[in-house]
Amino acid sequence: MTGVVKKRRGMTLSQRRAVTGLLFISPFVLGFLLFYVRSLWMVGQFAFSETTTEGLGYTTRFIGLENFRYAFTGHPRFTQILTESLINMVVDVPLIIFFSLFIAIVLNQKFRGRTVARAIFFLPALLNAPAIVQALDLVRAMMIGGSSPAPSAVVDSVSGAGGGSAGILYYIDLLGDIALPETVLEYIVGAVSRINTVITMSGVQIIIFLAALQSISPSLYEVAKIEGATTYETFWKITFPMVSPLLVTNMVYTVLDSFVNSRVLQEVYDTMFGEQNYSVGAAFSLISMISVCGILGIASYAVSKLVYYDN
Amino acid sequence: MESLKQRIKKFNADTRMGNERQRIIRWLMGFVLSLFRLALIVGISYVILGPIIGIAFNSFFSNEDAYSPAIYLIPQSPTLERYSLMLTVTQYWKVLRNMLFYISSLSLIQIVVCSMVGYGFARFQFPLKKILFACVILVIVLPAHSVILPLYVTFRNFDPLGILSLITGGNPPNMLTTLFPMYMLTIFGVGLRSGLYIYIFNQFFRGLPKEIEEAAFVDGAGTFYTYLRVMVPNAMPPIITVLIFSLVWQYNDVFYANVFQISGDWALSKKLNTLGNTLSGSYRIIDPNISSLYVYAGIIMMILPMIIIYIFLQRRFIEGVERSGIVG
Repeated sequence: MTGVVKKRRGMTLSQRRAVTGLLFISPFVLGFLLFYVRSLWMVGQFAFSETTTEGLGYTTRFIGLENFRYAFTGHPRFTQILTESLINMVVDVPLIIFFSLFIAIVLNQKFRGRTVARAIFFLPALLNAPAIVQALDLVRAMMIGGSSPAPSAVVDSVSGAGGGSAGILYYIDLLGDIALPETVLEYIVGAVSRINTVITMSGVQIIIFLAALQSISPSLYEVAKIEGATTYETFWKITFPMVSPLLVTNMVYTVLDSFVNSRVLQEVYDTMFGEQNYSVGAAFSLISMISVCGILGIASYAVSKLVYYDN
Repeated sequence: MESLKQRIKKFNADTRMGNERQRIIRWLMGFVLSLFRLALIVGISYVILGPIIGIAFNSFFSNEDAYSPAIYLIPQSPTLERYSLMLTVTQYWKVLRNMLFYISSLSLIQIVVCSMVGYGFARFQFPLKKILFACVILVIVLPAHSVILPLYVTFRNFDPLGILSLITGGNPPNMLTTLFPMYMLTIFGVGLRSGLYIYIFNQFFRGLPKEIEEAAFVDGAGTFYTYLRVMVPNAMPPIITVLIFSLVWQYNDVFYANVFQISGDWALSKKLNTLGNTLSGSYRIIDPNISSLYVYAGIIMMILPMIIIYIFLQRRFIEGVERSGIVG
């Protein structure tokens, strides 16, 4: 009997499996501790103290909440940029989600050339280097009718790319003549002028929704058809619940994507690396991080009410 | 000769024609819907492709074309001069070669590391598993900006536990401007969007049937051998997905390249960002009309390799996303 116990080397199978599992994930755990936990701790340290850089090194002196007070009351732009970015995000995210769901449903139908269409719709996600995005946005704005402050030089040189004389703004002005309520009109105008942003930011989301749509079992639709459900009912009773778990995923992705491209992070970056002001930069980044996490939390809670989990 | 109105009335009233009528109505509805769909898809494709096509055509404009108001899209005297200058300004072939080596090695490491971590989370039970997986989610959710400053400071004075300065006896080495930080981060599974890749692999491995592993185990394969010879060959969809994402995002990355001051010899995207200044500074091309033409040529040269890779992998990529279990 003792021989058998010795052969087990003191570990049960499940313990051995646990050790192997930990070995598999060890790179991530080490990386997380070394680069994330430590970094977050240092960001906290920077944010609550005054940093002076000398050569390659730096010294910190604890000053409490001073940096945060400065961010909200002292800094000329930060509060404005922060609210602007957050508002943009809150407006953009639902638009992008609905747009990508709609497009995914359209692309999920069978028609000729849909592989090409899918490839094109995903293209913007590939072309997201800042320089490319800027150039494309510029040209696109001119195509649609120049609501962006494009330098006249470039306008002239690329008016070939379709610069129409009656731009989108003209039609928006026409809308003003219909007696729509001011706020409704503003939202429509906003949505229309954001259509570029929405289209170019939906690539990944469309693919994810498409994948979800493909994974719905056709027998569900068959049953609905036999029972005499209309297309409208089929959408709300089958399609929507089945893709709803992906709403949260897509929402998180969209919020983060629009946050990463927002002006507030540009400001954070400039403060940290342009002005070499570590403390204020760290405070900015903490504030923006916390506000985005807040938005994510509220939005995920709200969306998760809509989600149907299949188990 | 009865009027058309009467004939339609008769047709509607005729019960024997009921099926026919419905068929026509359904066909009409389908036709209208597909017209609508066509318009929508063509319109959106135009918004996406229009600027790219515009840029591509404009990059062939000669100086006269750029100033001639009569020229629309198709240049009268096309020139390759933009491209020939851009090839020298950006040292295109050299940088492209460097970069392909750099980003493909990073992507390979991403695939190896993230698939291992994903497999570990998917198939093994160990203490604190839930908390550790929450850390993966945290890495996905926290933008890199929030931890970049400490990383910058760390790599500027790279001295883990004071070991390096003990060996060299002097100041700790400055790792900025080298590729070392990116490789470090990627090897430890916290590189550019590694969290997302870990998540993708985890979801996929969780969806694979346990039986294939058990069979390998019964046949006497070790855990690592099972992972390498049984799981990885089965994981082609997520591997393709992660490969494309990783190549593309790394290729486009400017943020990390700027923070870690990676030289333009390794980052085409960074070169493109400063192209306007380079042109006016070193080549005396100050006229914005003309210099934007050069920038367009640069953009086309930058996106071309990616488009080519995408065209080759596109079909498998979209299938890959669908089957890689992002959807759960």
